[in-house]
Amino acid sequence: MEMDWIWGLVGGGLIGLGGAVFLLGNGRIMGASGIIGGLVDGSGRSTAAERLVFLLGVVALPLLLQPLLSDAPSTHLTSNIWVIVIAGLLVGTGTRIANGCTSGHGVCGISRLSLRGLVATVFYILAGGITLVLFRHLWGMI
Amino acid sequence: MQRLFLALLSGGLFGTGLLFSGMTDTTKVQGWLDVFGDWDPTLAFVMGGAIVPMFIAWRLTTGRRPLVGGSFPAPPRPEMDHRLITGSVLFGIGWGLAGLCPGPAIASLSYNGTGGLIFLGAMILGMAVAPFVGRQLDWLATKG
Repeated sequence: MEMDWIWGLVGGGLIGLGGAVFLLGNGRIMGASGIIGGLVDGSGRSTAAERLVFLLGVVALPLLLQPLLSDAPSTHLTSNIWVIVIAGLLVGTGTRIANGCTSGHGVCGISRLSLRGLVATVFYILAGGITLVLFRHLWGMI
Repeated sequence: MQRLFLALLSGGLFGTGLLFSGMTDTTKVQGWLDVFGDWDPTLAFVMGGAIVPMFIAWRLTTGRRPLVGGSFPAPPRPEMDHRLITGSVLFGIGWGLAGLCPGPAIASLSYNGTGGLIFLGAMILGMAVAPFVGRQLDWLATKG
């Protein structure tokens, strides 16, 4: 537990390095919702191969590295199917309407001092925090 | 080919960073959002750790071109719009409910079980209907 912040910094550094490679190499912003969403709604058809290969890397490298970890990674995802479905729908719709998520607006937007990225980040964190107050502390649903 | 290799490398770093940082663990994400519970500061370290290399990368784009050619993304638009706010609020509610956002949802595909697959399916469905929902929101915004 006391090592968590170090792993946070190390992992965060790798995330930023990934974003730097995508930007300086391919000239593209590493935003997960944009990369996936462009494949879903067809708006990213001309760059589909690059998107698919990126997503392959996102899934495959953690899979290959898992045997090296002392404990199998756990996500502690809720078992409540309705919460999963509603949350997934909101995350998918919201990130596409806002044109970005934690990686696009948060990491890539704030680091280029984009006011839109900062404003989006403030709003999704506030909404997430209020959701926990209501659904966890007030209603005890999650 | 070079473009695809760099995309694979970038994706690999992203997915590995999400795993190592603990950001695919929903208790750590919800723990950070839950300021009235047992608050977990990890997410702030992850954000900070990621923003530093990205800040340097953005500085390096000035006067240069991407390695594979083409051009860098246009400067961010200065103006706010209702989509940015409404979309971010909808996203934040979903993020709080399950503790997953798009990157970790994909990165944890190999270790997030059936629930993770269902989340991904719902997220993709949400992305598919987003253009329609966005147009409804535009219509509401012009009416109001």
